[in-house]
Order: sequence, then structure tokens, then C-alpha cells
Amino acid sequence: MTKALPLIRRGLLAAIIIILVVVWVAPTIWAFVASTRPPTEPVSRGDVWFGTHFSLASYAKAFSLAPFGRYFFNTVVLVVMVFVVQAVTVTLAAFAFAHFEFPAKNFLFMFILLQLMIPTTALLVPNFSTIRFLGIYDTILAIGIPYFGSAFGTFLMRQAFLGIPRSLVQAGIIDGCSWWQLLIHVYLPPTVPTLVAFGISSVNWHWSEFLWPLIITKSSEARPLTAGLVRFTQLGEIGARWSLLSAATVIVILPLLIAFLVFQRRFIQGFLHSGLK
Amino acid sequence: MKTAKGERLLPYFLIFPTFLFVAIFTVYPTLRATVQSLFRQRLNIAKFREPTFIGLANYVDLFKDPQFITVLTNTLIYVIGVVPISVVTAFLFAQIVNRKLKGIGVVRLALFHPSILPLVSAATIWMFLFTPDYGLFNTALKLFGYHGPENWTANPRLALVAVMLVAYWKNAGFYMIFYLAGLQNLPAGVYEAARMEGAGPIRIAFSITLPLLRRTTLFVSTIAFITAFQAVDHVFVLTSGGPSGKSSILLYYLWEQRFVNLDVGRSSALTVILIAILLAFTVSNFVLSEQKEAGDD
Repeated sequence: MTKALPLIRRGLLAAIIIILVVVWVAPTIWAFVASTRPPTEPVSRGDVWFGTHFSLASYAKAFSLAPFGRYFFNTVVLVVMVFVVQAVTVTLAAFAFAHFEFPAKNFLFMFILLQLMIPTTALLVPNFSTIRFLGIYDTILAIGIPYFGSAFGTFLMRQAFLGIPRSLVQAGIIDGCSWWQLLIHVYLPPTVPTLVAFGISSVNWHWSEFLWPLIITKSSEARPLTAGLVRFTQLGEIGARWSLLSAATVIVILPLLIAFLVFQRRFIQGFLHSGLK
Repeated sequence: MKTAKGERLLPYFLIFPTFLFVAIFTVYPTLRATVQSLFRQRLNIAKFREPTFIGLANYVDLFKDPQFITVLTNTLIYVIGVVPISVVTAFLFAQIVNRKLKGIGVVRLALFHPSILPLVSAATIWMFLFTPDYGLFNTALKLFGYHGPENWTANPRLALVAVMLVAYWKNAGFYMIFYLAGLQNLPAGVYEAARMEGAGPIRIAFSITLPLLRRTTLFVSTIAFITAFQAVDHVFVLTSGGPSGKSSILLYYLWEQRFVNLDVGRSSALTVILIAILLAFTVSNFVLSEQKEAGDD
């Protein structure tokens, strides 16, 4: 009896875990399975999972109904552009805040942190007018430009820089390093993982963003995957053709899932960093 | 140390790009929205095209508009429905996966994976689950002998629930990792002591784990609230705020006022209201966490 009890408890725990996992992944797995159903076979009661045979025709059909290739390209350009710019702006600002003492330092830091308190998403109405004014409406640049400066990234990198031993910095100064040599040879090498973690959350966020790209683009030349996917769901031909819709969904999420599986640890670190105080 | 003039200005140059983008895309638009909220400007009505100062009339009109009251009520239901359940689930998930078992890594991935999906694609996947007749939800409910409402996203009482379920599924695993990190930093000694005293797992969770993780709870709740007010992508996919505004929430309504009704004044007032709500949450989180910190000493 005393031995059977822990066994029952362990069995119960295992059962709970398995049910939980099945429930949680079922929607995503379903999307993958449904996307391999032949596009001509409608889903109906009783056969919600599998069609008669495995087929990739739904993908071909999805690509022919909407320029997913172009959307894909736009999204990649967007996330790379945003992160490359952010990596530079964030590193420079964080270096200034961590390394130098100067008048109005605290004021400037608080000013930048305003971006954490007032999320850019909420400012879509006035920012729309600014983008119109700048004459860059309906471009990939317009989607990314509000995020070129990042309070979150500046904050993270500053924290990481402050963790570097002063003795190391002093040694660099004695060796006669200029400011950019200090940055590149002393500050950056140990903090690259933080920058990578920030980069992952940045890429994930901009790959996923929908509302701002929706209002700031109108042509396929600038529209990213998320806005393209929603437009696709509204096409007349789609209706309840779940294999097409699933194929389109998989096109949007597959790169993220692959990247996630490859860089799991870094992904989770990237997200956890947002919890550092 | 003597410094040249260029050296003294250097930090400002380094900060300048970030400063500039924050100024143009955070500070300026906040001020601009505040000013525009005091003007009447409707781009689709010729005589209201040019802005006219009307004081607080946009705000007064909003609160007199039953549609806006519906939106506020929906937002409240949405936030109060999604946030506590997600946070509690996250805590339970973390408790479950915080053990050394074979394959537990896969379990964590399974629970966490929706967080990396774009909200729109989470919604396109769930669209199928909500579909009438053969959708997963109705199939499951029929197993229990239920033959009720068929079309979730078109049912006035269920549309908002459908939207909430997607947000819940997407975010619970995200908040889980914060609790998991918190749990792994807890001192093991306290647990040993509690077990020696004969405390059961539920007792331990309530009188040891939760109090020790209150900062995590505070942080997770704050991001959960802020996320709830900012995320509307799934509303676009699933319900478009319908049927008859029954699943429209604040940010969706804001978008609709600006880009469907072309009402600049009213959408600016909504922007100010949204910012005020978000600031209230961030500031109260800050105040609360400072307080608790003081209490810890």
C-alpha cells in the first residue's frame, strides 16, 4: 500500500501531463495535418484530420492565389532591417549610459524609457499621420521605422554592460583604447549573448506584428506575411477550404517554429530577459 | 581627466539616434494625439475636414455613446476573463513542469510553443476549432450530449469568449516560463523544512511558493494586462468585432473609428484613453513593486 500510493500518484501525474500536452499542441498539429489534405476535398464531419492521401497541392494553390513568396520576402527584409538598425542604436546608447557620466544622463534615460510605458501599438493613429508626412506610406521602411530605437534593448544592453568588471575597462583605458575600441574589444564580447537574446525577441515580435503593417501598407510590394495571411482569409475563394487556410498559416509559422526548435534556449532567454528588472 | 570638447559631446551623439526615434514615434505622437483629441476632424465629411477646437466634446460624446459603453464592457470582460485565468494557469503549468522527468523538456516546449506564433496565425488555426457543425469544439461538446450554439464566432454571447480562448491558449505558456524561472531560483531548504513539518503540496504552494513568487506574479500580471489591452489581431481574423459590436474591444474600436469611420478626433481621444489605462498599469506595478521591496527589508 505504501508503495502503491506513489505509483498511483506518478501515474496520475503522467496522465495529466499527457492530456495537457495533447490539448495544447492539437491545434498546431491539426494545422500541419490539414495543410496536406488535397485542396479539392472539403473537410466534413468525421474526417477533420486526414484526407484520402498526402498532398502538397494546397501549398501550390495558396502560393498561386496570393503572393506569399513576396510577403515572405517582405517579412524577412523587415525583421532583418529592424534588428540590424536596433543592434547599432541600442549598443551605442547603452554604451553611453553605462560608460560615461554626463549632464542630463538620468533625464535622457527616463526619456527613452517612455517607450516602454507607452507602447508603440497604441500610437497607431498619430504615427500613421507622421508616416504620411514623411512620404514613406506603403513601404517596408514605414513598418519598421517606429522601432528603430528600442528602450527595451537599450535597457537590456546597459544592464549587461554594467555587469562588466571595472578593472577590465580600466585596463583597456590604460592600454590607450579609443571609445569604439573599448566598445568592440571590452564591452561587446561578453555581452553578445544578451544582444542575441534581444535580437530573437525582436525578430519574433516583428515577424508577428499585424495591426501596424495592416494600416501602413496597401500593396503586395510592402505587405508582410501577417497582413497577407489575414487578407488571404478574406478572399472569396477561400471560404471553408481549410487545407488552403492551413497551408497559408503554416507558411507564416513554419520558419518561426524551426528557429524556435533550433534556438530553444536562446528564445526562452530572450523572453525571460524581458522580465529582468 | 581632461577631455576635449568632442569627447564631452560624445555620449550625446551615441544616444542621439535612439533619442530621435523615441522623440518622433513615442513622445511626439502622444502629444499630437492629446491635442487632436480636443478637435473635431472627420475626413469623410466635407464640413468637418478641417479641425475645429471643441474642448472635451470628443470624450463627452464617447461616454454618451452606447456603442462605446459596449466596447468598454467587452474590454473589461476580456481583460478580467483572460488575465487571471492565464496567470493562474501559468503558475499551475510551472508547478507541473518544474520537475526532473524524462521528456519534461518536450512538455515545456509543447506548452510554450503558442507564444512564438503570431496572434493572427493562432487565430486562423482556431477559426477551424470554432467552425459550425464539424469544428472541434462542437464535436467535443456533442460527446457530452450538448447540441447548443453552433457558430461560435457569429454567436453574440460566444464571439468574445472565442476571442478570449485564443489569447489564453497563446499566452499561458509564455507566462509559465517566468514562474518556472522563479521556481528554480527558490531556496530548496525551505521546502525540506516544510515537508519535515508535514505540509502537503497544496499547503506548500499557498503558504510558501506563492508568497515567495509575489514579485513574479506582480510582473506577470502587469505584462498580461498590458498585452490584453494591446492585442486585437485575433479579433480581426475571427469576428471583426461582431456580431453587432459584441466582440469589439478598445484597440479594435480605435482602429475602426480612425480607418473605417475616418474620425480623427474621436480616435485620438480613444488613443489618449488607451495610453492612460496602460500608464496606470505600468505605474501601479512600479509603485507596488517598490513597496514590496521596502517591505522585504
